[in-house]
Amino acid sequence: MSAPTLSTLTVGDVVAEAEFALSRDALVRYAGASGDFNPIHYRDDVATSVGLPGVLAHGMLTMGFAVQPVVDWLGDPGRVVDYQVRFTRPVLVDPEEGAVVTVIGKVGRIDDEGARIDLTVSFDGQTVLGKAQAVVRLDA
Amino acid sequence: MSVNPDLQGRSYPPTPPYLVGREKVREFARAVFATSPINHDPEAARAAGYTDVVAPPTFAVVVQEQALAQLLADPEAGIDFSRVVHGDQRFAFSRPIVAGDELTAVLTVTSVKTLGGHSMVSADTLVAGADGEHVVTATSSLVVRGDE
Repeated sequence: MSAPTLSTLTVGDVVAEAEFALSRDALVRYAGASGDFNPIHYRDDVATSVGLPGVLAHGMLTMGFAVQPVVDWLGDPGRVVDYQVRFTRPVLVDPEEGAVVTVIGKVGRIDDEGARIDLTVSFDGQTVLGKAQAVVRLDA
Repeated sequence: MSVNPDLQGRSYPPTPPYLVGREKVREFARAVFATSPINHDPEAARAAGYTDVVAPPTFAVVVQEQALAQLLADPEAGIDFSRVVHGDQRFAFSRPIVAGDELTAVLTVTSVKTLGGHSMVSADTLVAGADGEHVVTATSSLVVRGDE
């Protein structure tokens, strides 16, 4: 797969769009893979004891998958040279229904070496990440 | 207990080398729904110019975590882990992390701020490869909630 090129891009273009269905299993899988075993990500009793409405997705899990539609567009994970997010709202993952998180990536800026992709990441009609930006390296 | 303002500027010793395993990269990739062949298949990675499978961008958190553990365990820091919330996170790469890398991390506390009853601690973790070359800087802000 060949990577997109700078000359084909315009600020405002939607370059990535995806929907992620999170289950409790996905949270346990991420806990194991990342080593983040905070029980608020898999035990309702612990989550509610610290004042949360229930089990939440790891912020770093949301950050992790939110960039994947951009990687798919690029065709190469190594082209992401800078990636930042602010964690603004939790993603509550229902034990039966799970949670659906949507990601839209738009071109926010273009320069000589690449582009900044601005991500809108939403759950339940509200954004859960702020200032979610991936700087990607592109050929001319 | 509040966060010690003298933490600002403090650095911790380099973490022990972390050897990035191919299966660990694949496991992490599956966990973040990363499906690029370059994350999973060494042949695809080599065809794209890498020596082995490439880790997803946020894999750097695994190494950052080791460095943050030093800060959280520092009795002089005064950080109550049960009150910590992740505020923001950034990764700035010189090159991607690839299976076979041996990574060490050095954490420096860049700022400690108190807002209302809460504290915000920001830290830069410089991750380097076996030859000491810069791989990625992970910047993290932690919000430490004050007593209710």
